[in-house]
Amino acid sequence: MPTHRATLESDKYLQYIKGLVMSSTFDQVATIIAETCDIPRDTITPDSHAIDDLGIDSLDFLDIAFAIDKQFGIKLPLEKWTQEVNDGKATTEQYFVLKNLCARIDELVAAKGAGA
Amino acid sequence: MQLEYFHMIDRIVDLNVDEKTIVVEAQVPNASTIFEGHFPGYPLMPGVLLIESMAQASGWLQLGVLKFERMPILAAVKEAKVRGSVYPGDVMSIEATLSHQGSGYAVTEAKIRVGGKLRANSTLTFTQIPFPNADMRGHMDAIAKRVGFPQQAVSP
Repeated sequence: MPTHRATLESDKYLQYIKGLVMSSTFDQVATIIAETCDIPRDTITPDSHAIDDLGIDSLDFLDIAFAIDKQFGIKLPLEKWTQEVNDGKATTEQYFVLKNLCARIDELVAAKGAGA
Repeated sequence: MQLEYFHMIDRIVDLNVDEKTIVVEAQVPNASTIFEGHFPGYPLMPGVLLIESMAQASGWLQLGVLKFERMPILAAVKEAKVRGSVYPGDVMSIEATLSHQGSGYAVTEAKIRVGGKLRANSTLTFTQIPFPNADMRGHMDAIAKRVGFPQQAVSP
């Protein structure tokens, strides 16, 4: 059925666009981390944990947050995240594994675009 | 200014919480034990104390913007430049602007002028923590009174 096929194709297209957006967010974040913390760019992957794998401490993370806030025009809710992790309501992986961090950034950018 | 107590700021000249700017005044004392060592025969305001002065000006600005709900603590000093010497007796005019208010942290740009001439500038990062205890809060309230913190600027 043509309609079905069109839907499939548009789904694929959406996935493709999403992939592009994701990778571009990741590339920007990885570049920020590499420049801020003097970490070789090629050691930073979407699966890297900012704290456990890359050894970024809280002060360096402030610099990274500042650069991300500026670059994406958002405000990373670091305090909320820290609170959730401390309360056991979230794991550090949800916020500090880079692909997850990038997904959070994309959500914040989308929320901002929607006027939320 | 009482260098030994790290009381760097004498007076808040202007605080604009909407524009996120502040101007404060600080007169370097003519005599201090610090000048006995820094340096004998050539007393000079230490560069780190110029940075501290810019940090404190930035601190009062943040206390105003945050309505005393958090205490800013200096976390990083970037691009600090001492462009000219500051001597005993000099009156420093220090201005600071809040360039970014993040979640639990902030970045400011600060400048020190003496007689209109730029003597130092820096970009400073602060973490903003809940007041750790009532003593510290009381201490900050007392200093706020002494430096003429404009309470009306933070009243709702």
